[in-house]
Amino acid sequence: MPKMTLREAISFGLTEALDNDSDVFLMGEDVGKFEGSYAVTKGFLDKYGKDRVRDTPISESAIVGSGIGAALIGLKPIIEIMTINFALLAIDQIVNHAAKLSYMSDGQLQVPIVIRTVTGGGAQLGATHSQNFENWFASVPGLTVVTPSDPYDALGLLRTSINSPNPVIFTEHATLYRTQGDVPKKPYSIPFGKAKIKKSGTDITLIAYSKSVHTALEAADLLALKGISTEVIDLRTLNPLDTETIVNSIKKTNRAIVIEETWKTGGFNGELIARIQENVFDSLDGPVGRINSDDVPSPYSGNLESSILPSANKIVDLAHDLYGI
Amino acid sequence: MTTDTLDKTILNKYYEQMFLIRIFEEYCDRLYKQGNIKGFCHLYIGQEAIAVGSINALTKNDYIITHYRDHGHALARGMDPNIIMSELMGKTTGSSRGKGGSMHLFDTNLNFMGGHAIVGGHLPIATGLALGLKYRKENGTVVCFFGDGAVNEGEFHESMNLAAIWNLPVIFFLENNYYGMGSHISRTHSMGENISKIADSYSVKSIQADGMDVLDVAKKTKSAIEKIRKGNGPVLIEAKCYRFRGHSVQDPQFYRDKEEIEKWSNRDPIQTFKNFLIESGTLFEDEIQKTERKIREQVEVAVKFAQDSPLPHIESAYEHIYA
Repeated sequence: MPKMTLREAISFGLTEALDNDSDVFLMGEDVGKFEGSYAVTKGFLDKYGKDRVRDTPISESAIVGSGIGAALIGLKPIIEIMTINFALLAIDQIVNHAAKLSYMSDGQLQVPIVIRTVTGGGAQLGATHSQNFENWFASVPGLTVVTPSDPYDALGLLRTSINSPNPVIFTEHATLYRTQGDVPKKPYSIPFGKAKIKKSGTDITLIAYSKSVHTALEAADLLALKGISTEVIDLRTLNPLDTETIVNSIKKTNRAIVIEETWKTGGFNGELIARIQENVFDSLDGPVGRINSDDVPSPYSGNLESSILPSANKIVDLAHDLYGI
Repeated sequence: MTTDTLDKTILNKYYEQMFLIRIFEEYCDRLYKQGNIKGFCHLYIGQEAIAVGSINALTKNDYIITHYRDHGHALARGMDPNIIMSELMGKTTGSSRGKGGSMHLFDTNLNFMGGHAIVGGHLPIATGLALGLKYRKENGTVVCFFGDGAVNEGEFHESMNLAAIWNLPVIFFLENNYYGMGSHISRTHSMGENISKIADSYSVKSIQADGMDVLDVAKKTKSAIEKIRKGNGPVLIEAKCYRFRGHSVQDPQFYRDKEEIEKWSNRDPIQTFKNFLIESGTLFEDEIQKTERKIREQVEVAVKFAQDSPLPHIESAYEHIYA
């Protein structure tokens, strides 16, 4: 099975869509001549031309809004918003328009757009360039929020996103582009709302998405040194959310910690914990733990930033504090 | 008031549609105050010449997208008054089965793409519709209506710029009724009444139309479309006009005085056009009266249709969140 980086997997998925469907086009800041600020669209402009790989001004509302308009008459725009921090400049288009038009028109309109955007911290980019807002978008009915952690999932979920008739927020963690993984040559896709058990275990369940899946796997290795068998669940999409896989796992392990990179207050972890207590409260040996970034704006200096981010050691310590393991 | 065409059928259609909008809106006002229409309801009374003059200049391949004061545009495009009234009353026979309401009317069969209620929010979408047409090399123009308030939103500026650099087939149609809710344009825009000069900043051609004159609106819209069909990019049309009623039905209008309202009422677009039709010998007064009777009956039928229609099933609240 060939290996790919996450960057290559996404790039491959975009190429495939451009090759197979003339209704697909790309649009965003510096996706063309600059070849993408994270080099995902390297070589695209030469291959597909400027009508299908459209460089835009720095106008996030107009980028997303014009994507919505093109989608309304049947095209399938794939939009790149350079980072999720800048998606806030387009939040009116995303939340008030993309997410609402199918509903408000009672199904007369569809908005098949994919908004690819880079999320997350850990690259010392400071407080305005290191945020995670997947949880905000996941709370909006009408949006689909995709949070892959590896190349295999990224490609499979990108294929599903491009074929979706609904607006999709497709997040790519800034520090995962070089992550390698096996990607089969045979075409496949991954449905939304289907979590993946990355590692089976019997003593505790760690639930995460995007970059935090790697933090959880690291914690599982440390816990293994203590003889603890850990199950790690990768949610893969936040909306729709696969509650069933979470519930079944906790029924087996009776212990759970949820891990994500956004802030604790108002984070998606709160939603996960609520769902766990609604569905599987009686199976729990103790309170569900959560690891988030601390409730501070992301600091620039490396030692400060790494101290506020989730880490494997924080997970291991919390497991001990909560469950004595 | 002048016209290049004395085609009686067309002129009669203009009158009929303007009168339909006026009567429809008067019923809406009453029904709102009686509690049959809820939420926000923004009446188009006073601005009828704009929707009728411009939309009749379009073909069925063209697209329309508009603001929340959208009943007039919907009617001018040919949406069924029964269906619109039902939507306003939240009934299952409404255009969105009661899930859109007054500000969110849609009819994709007519390329009528809404009814959008965030000021300026639909301008980027209009730009995208035009991008779609151009991408597919389809003929067609997008007409995007918005008010003077929207010019102060960033989405206006981003859209004008994008449409200009990509040379897109879109008419940005500014219905300048002088008020963004209760704030006069002299207090909200640095160029005040010269607001349309903003188009120069984006190298977009701007055209002035008299928003109280249906014939002038029609003529200016046609000239904009001709320019666009030649591939000469977006056009901004500004039509100065006046809404005779408040921002919404509940607005007590403390912010403007009676003299101003009276001054504009003397230029009522329907009365002015009626006078023109009679004085030019285009239509006889009894022909007009016949049209008016027909329209009143049509609106009464729409109200009854809506009132007699059932409320939507609760399950429908959970449908079409996703396509």
